[in-house]
Amino acid sequence: MNIIVVGLNHKTAPVEIREKLSFQPDLLEEAHKRLLKTPGVTEGMILSTCNRVEVYSCINDIESGIMEVKGFLSAFHGLPLERFEEHLFVCSAEDALRHLFRVAASLDSMVVGEPQILGQLKDAYQTSCKNKAAGVILNKLLHRAFSTAKRVRTETKIASSAVSISYAAVELAKKIFGSLEGKVVMLVGAGEMCELAAKHFINSGIKDIYVTNRTFERAEKLAEEFKGTPVNFNEFQHTLHKVDIVLSSTGATHYIIKPADVTEALKARKQKPMFFIDIAVPRDIDPKVNDIDNVYLYDIDDMQGVIEANVKGRSKEAEKAEEIIAEELMVFIHWLKTLDLTPTIVGIKERGEDIRRKELEKALAHLNGLSPEQIKVLESLTSAIVNKLIHHPVVALKTHAKGHYRDMYLEVARNMFDLADKEKEEPEEALEE
Amino acid sequence: MFFYITLFLYLAATSGYISYLITLKKPISLISTSILIASFILHAAVITLRYPELGHPPFIGVETLSFLAWAIVGIYLLVEWRYKVYVLGSIVSPIAFILLLLTVIIPEGEIHVPSYLRSVWFPLHVGFAFLGNAIFSLACAAGIMYLIQERQVKRHYLGGIYKRLPSLEVLDEINEMCLFIGFPLMTFGITTGFIWSNAVWGTFWNLSPRAVFSIITWFLYATLLAGRLSVGWRGRRAAVLAITGFSIMIATYFVINIIWGGHAFK
Repeated sequence: MNIIVVGLNHKTAPVEIREKLSFQPDLLEEAHKRLLKTPGVTEGMILSTCNRVEVYSCINDIESGIMEVKGFLSAFHGLPLERFEEHLFVCSAEDALRHLFRVAASLDSMVVGEPQILGQLKDAYQTSCKNKAAGVILNKLLHRAFSTAKRVRTETKIASSAVSISYAAVELAKKIFGSLEGKVVMLVGAGEMCELAAKHFINSGIKDIYVTNRTFERAEKLAEEFKGTPVNFNEFQHTLHKVDIVLSSTGATHYIIKPADVTEALKARKQKPMFFIDIAVPRDIDPKVNDIDNVYLYDIDDMQGVIEANVKGRSKEAEKAEEIIAEELMVFIHWLKTLDLTPTIVGIKERGEDIRRKELEKALAHLNGLSPEQIKVLESLTSAIVNKLIHHPVVALKTHAKGHYRDMYLEVARNMFDLADKEKEEPEEALEE
Repeated sequence: MFFYITLFLYLAATSGYISYLITLKKPISLISTSILIASFILHAAVITLRYPELGHPPFIGVETLSFLAWAIVGIYLLVEWRYKVYVLGSIVSPIAFILLLLTVIIPEGEIHVPSYLRSVWFPLHVGFAFLGNAIFSLACAAGIMYLIQERQVKRHYLGGIYKRLPSLEVLDEINEMCLFIGFPLMTFGITTGFIWSNAVWGTFWNLSPRAVFSIITWFLYATLLAGRLSVGWRGRRAAVLAITGFSIMIATYFVINIIWGGHAFK
């Protein structure tokens, strides 16, 4: 049994590629089903956020599994593999596990320590569960990853010192506008990230906030929350001239703000500068907008540049976090190794022998004056019972260990014979928060 | 004596502002400002004390450079007080230092003050024109910074330069303010020039290269002002025009005034 990750993220691929390979939320169900049908894939999970598209799978053979998963990505998006293969990263076995742990702990994030990724990972895991794509291994792995993330968050200062995109956006706006007092912000779309950024802007003294969303009710609700004004999504472009800063994160598959909209707005506002932040993937704002005078457009990758300029002196905390991950990784790898046929059978046999010996000793303590022959008879009697009892489970295990449900059988057997690790998990709790 | 102390203080202010630019430490900027204010006051004393010695306002020959430096520093101090852009000081104080140094380096020569320069209109004309120049020099400096900063923000390259330069809005505001104050001063300077010309030669229009270029510059700033007020020319365009205008002014000053010998009156 092997675990692999095939995917791309903000480190390996530019936003142009990421947006082509991202999975729309309504297609995730279908995607998980098709992933499971991919030859050699026994379990799978797709993590698709604005910074990463990563496919985690349990496979029988690493080499062929990687090719199959790549093929799945290409087929699902109808994009030839040559177009994006150079941007893919692949890791397997321990590296794949470490990658997942680092992602969960937000060490791999664009903004190291930002809390959102954990929630996104939990969502991905739940989708995978709902579609029965997560099995024994992914269940165990994800729970381990969640508890690792929790440890990292509580035991290091990574999270508390997170320099968020929102913070960076506000700083950048200040370099363009000087003071933010009296400025007007517009939220296009209602992503979590956008709302967070909006809160930062409100705290920096902006005057007004417009909110637009495809569903007007949602816009109204958000506007109420921010004490702003809802705007109809179909004609929000006509309000642009009143706005200094635009935060966009819709799920639109094409550009919704085009150069012509911006030029028109600028004319109406006498060329007063405008700042656009596009955190959507695929992008909402035509990159050509940045070529217009007095207009500054930053997409999610550009924001990364801003953040990198800000982030320093957190390497110590990151080191601590890496240590935690290494520890947790060892525990999981240990478990994964036990999930092999031979140690399981050995375990079952040892278990039987253990019980037999203990019970026999107890019995012999009550029976005084038995001859060595009688003791021998008792020995072989108990041995025969134990062996007969475990014979069938072991044979069944050996048969099924060749099939699709191998890991499940092994895990069940380990549980039934109480071979599972002594240390108990707290999976439900990890998921809940 | 005062002169050399002033010169030294400008040098000290220069190194102060530059080390602020490198370290970005607040106390350094405060110290630099204090030094610059001290040198500004001392410089005023130097100019005033020299007046009786020269027997004419400091508007002839190399003395003009000294006056120009003093005016630039004075206006900069106002801008700094209003906008807190200490970075501009690292351009202004070395300029002041160099201008003042030039007055020592360039040979003074015998200056015969011709009678036509004794008109009351002459100091008014030159005084206004120079204040205008001083203000436009700041607009030019702000314009250069604007272009650099704009490039950083536009190209998404936010390194050390980006961190040190003020916000685009502030730089554009300085440009605007300089235009609003500098343009009337320049207009006064040119108008009084006409009146002076009329008083001395009996004609308003004296076709010297200096006058021609001044009119060209005036039109350039007039266009910028009109564009700003009507259709909102700002940012890059305003910065480029401010830099162009000042470059023409500098070229006029050095090439025509010094090399060709003033207005080249016949």
